[in-house]
Amino acid sequence: MAFFFEVLVTGLMVGIMYSLVALGFALIFKASDVFNMAQGDMSLLAGLALVGFLELNFPLWLALLCTIAIMTVLAYGTVFIVLKPLVARPPIMLFMATFGLAYMIQGIGQSIWGTQAKGLNLGIPDIPVTIGGLFLSTFDLTFGAVAGILVVILVWFFHKTRTGRALRAVSDDHEAALSVGIPLLKAWAVTWMIAGIVAVVAGIAWGTRMGVQFSISYIAYKALPVLIIGGLDSIMGVIIAGLVVGAGENLSEVFIGPYVGGGIQTFFPYLIALLVLYFKPYGLFGKEIIERV
Amino acid sequence: MFYRECGNYKDSYASDMAIFPIPLDQYGFIIMMIFAFLVIPLTASDYWLSNIMIPFYCFGLSAIGLNILAGYAGQISIGHAAFMAVGAYASLILYGRYGIPLIPSILGGGLISSAVGTIFGLPSLRIKGFYLAIATLASQFIIQWIIVHWQWVSGGVFGTVETPDMQIFGLLINTPVKKYFLTLGWVVVLAIVAKNLVRGQLGRNWQAIRDVDYAAEIIGVNLYKDKLIAFAVSTFYAGISGSLITFCYYGAANIEEFHVMVSFALLGMIIIGGLGTILGSFFGAGFFVLLPIGINQVLGNFMAVVPSEILSNLEAIIFGGLIVLFLIVEPYGMARLWHTIKDKMRLWPFPY
Amino acid sequence: MNEKKEPILRAENITISFGGLQALDGVSLVIYPGEILGIIGPNGAGKTTMLNIINGFYKPDKGRIIFEGRERPKKMKPDLIAAQGIARTFQNLALFSGMSALGNIMVGRTMLMHSNIFSQGLYWGFSQKEEIEHRRAAERIIDFLQIENIRRTPASMLPYGLRKRVELARALAAEPKLLLLDEPMAGMNLEEKEDIARFILDANEELGYTIALIEHDMGVVMDICDRIVVLDFGKKIAEGTADEIKADPKVIKAYLGEAGG
Repeated sequence: MAFFFEVLVTGLMVGIMYSLVALGFALIFKASDVFNMAQGDMSLLAGLALVGFLELNFPLWLALLCTIAIMTVLAYGTVFIVLKPLVARPPIMLFMATFGLAYMIQGIGQSIWGTQAKGLNLGIPDIPVTIGGLFLSTFDLTFGAVAGILVVILVWFFHKTRTGRALRAVSDDHEAALSVGIPLLKAWAVTWMIAGIVAVVAGIAWGTRMGVQFSISYIAYKALPVLIIGGLDSIMGVIIAGLVVGAGENLSEVFIGPYVGGGIQTFFPYLIALLVLYFKPYGLFGKEIIERV
Repeated sequence: MFYRECGNYKDSYASDMAIFPIPLDQYGFIIMMIFAFLVIPLTASDYWLSNIMIPFYCFGLSAIGLNILAGYAGQISIGHAAFMAVGAYASLILYGRYGIPLIPSILGGGLISSAVGTIFGLPSLRIKGFYLAIATLASQFIIQWIIVHWQWVSGGVFGTVETPDMQIFGLLINTPVKKYFLTLGWVVVLAIVAKNLVRGQLGRNWQAIRDVDYAAEIIGVNLYKDKLIAFAVSTFYAGISGSLITFCYYGAANIEEFHVMVSFALLGMIIIGGLGTILGSFFGAGFFVLLPIGINQVLGNFMAVVPSEILSNLEAIIFGGLIVLFLIVEPYGMARLWHTIKDKMRLWPFPY
Repeated sequence: MNEKKEPILRAENITISFGGLQALDGVSLVIYPGEILGIIGPNGAGKTTMLNIINGFYKPDKGRIIFEGRERPKKMKPDLIAAQGIARTFQNLALFSGMSALGNIMVGRTMLMHSNIFSQGLYWGFSQKEEIEHRRAAERIIDFLQIENIRRTPASMLPYGLRKRVELARALAAEPKLLLLDEPMAGMNLEEKEDIARFILDANEELGYTIALIEHDMGVVMDICDRIVVLDFGKKIAEGTADEIKADPKVIKAYLGEAGG
């Protein structure tokens, strides 16, 4: 039974990190009505930049600051160069534009910092500890905690601060927000910047775990189903869905995996997402949209 | 100069509804065919035939498939490469393991891919837009996993199956020219069929669904049926293309060749080439295949050996940049540019 | 005038609500073959909702629809209802903007076409013959509505008035037994309105279409409609000929408010 709980808790830790990445998606989706397919590549870029600055012997805080600066430039560039001309177009066009963005970020990042996989060591020991009779990795615990704290900060930011409320107003109704004097593109840029910071944390978390390399960009694709299961307009939904998916995939990998050849983690979240979509087309916690003619 | 509509009076609806209503277009098509069937195979080197023309045709074919689904029916798929994989493995199993003749095997690969694609199209009955796109991403990961983990499919060697020698009625398909013709034959037939489909009743229904789905339904379009047909046709094309590219280009089915990045690249091809056009699918595929060669040529002027790292990064930047650029400047892609030029010529010298 | 005829459509006791808002409350109406029925009422009276129920886009909470003497099953899909012979236009234009005017009109004929996918792919034999035959029918409607010069123009590039006309053409192309028009003249100038009114009358008199239309311009409604139904706050408050409606105190009150009544 202890083993079951170990698997469960490890899964939940990973789940928090999924929630984190999914939040990056959710933020941008709420603000600009679009799935940002470049979210994963943003994490990759953040990881690459951080390692790059550390290799120049920057202290950690400065390297982090520089990385966040790069993500800010990226956010403003994206919004004012790529998205601005597409504002009035159907959302599906913006969606496709983020594919182009993904290619560009990936190409530019790797041009500057190279395509080699790099280790990222922030001095967190990767040793198991025992808590309440369960063997857990300090790694997982640390990043679970960091992700958890970030999620709390984000929720607080969006609900309690002036800027946060303005951003939520934009996501609820573009035109109404404009009419009370919130500039749409500026709001988008801030949202993209926050999503960029989320990408930095995700890039560090996954980069320390598996090295900073191209495949980091795939993590984002695991967070997409989390978003769908949770329902796009519910932050709580996304967090819960992340935990469910993290725990679910880890449990199924350990207990079902051996019977079917392993590796079911790669698609398990999608399988759940498909099932949820079939029965609840707007996710578990999403609002249903009534169509009008 | 003689590319005119004026003076070409149609006296029947049949001639007005032909694929190429203007004579010069008909000649253009004939010249293109002469090029494809005679000039290229006679003059091109083996390298060009097998490393450029064949992948160009194959990607063009799957781009048509994706264009039918995304460009015409408005159902975005970002897992299309997986259906190429289904076609590839299915036709290899049919041909290599069960000894079914080559042509029926390739056709079978397409049909099996089509069947799988229809199943993965079922969510489109309930969801649309981004949600559907994510559901199609699911098909990518699920199919990939099945191919790698089910030994019956992959033959046990971690997703790689060699192609056996190809034979049609005892004729060994072993040279680049023969492989070229095998590919070309399929591509010409299927491209014409695709053109017929999209300009007929089905194509109109698809575009109606894409533009205003509720109005289409109220007018009498059976949404469920026509969406599923779009998935079936689209994945059929993907399957055939996957099977051809494996037989004639890669020489072995390898799951890495049908990675999610290939799905994204296909989407990029139809955006750059032109959403909702058959011709544009070929433009996009041609661009995709020629881009690395072009970069190589240009950079070759400055350095002796272009490092593959720089090549692939530049490729990504240009490809991505053009996707964004086309979406902003010309959402209908290269094909629309082409039509704009033709329209200018059509009215020349009286541009009113 | 048509009292003795069997109605083509009978809506009985239709009730529907959206999230607590009672959009229609026990409304019954009949449409007789060959007539033009006007549905009028202030904004939010439930007129468009009524059309949406007649063509099956919304399912009523209560009540039943009887079309050509047969009761419609509860969950019938809109495309099957269209195939029975009900076509419509939309208040906020719903043209297929990526297609030409001709393409839009041809979509209107989709349920009259029956060639299968293989025949269409080869464009051979039956499929080609069918396509030409329906093209001819579409051209007749293009002729009738005088939009020959724009048949190849993409719908997205047409001016507003012509878009409305193409939508009318698309609905006519289906050769419906019952044609529903949702504010066919909204936003038009006088001249355009007169054109559309003439087309509607011609469609009714020369081509024999049965029409139910929603319109805000009282003058037009009184002129062209055989009978008029008045809705207010989801209830039917009056029904009759133009003269009867004009004299009805309830109608006057609904339009002018308490003070005027």
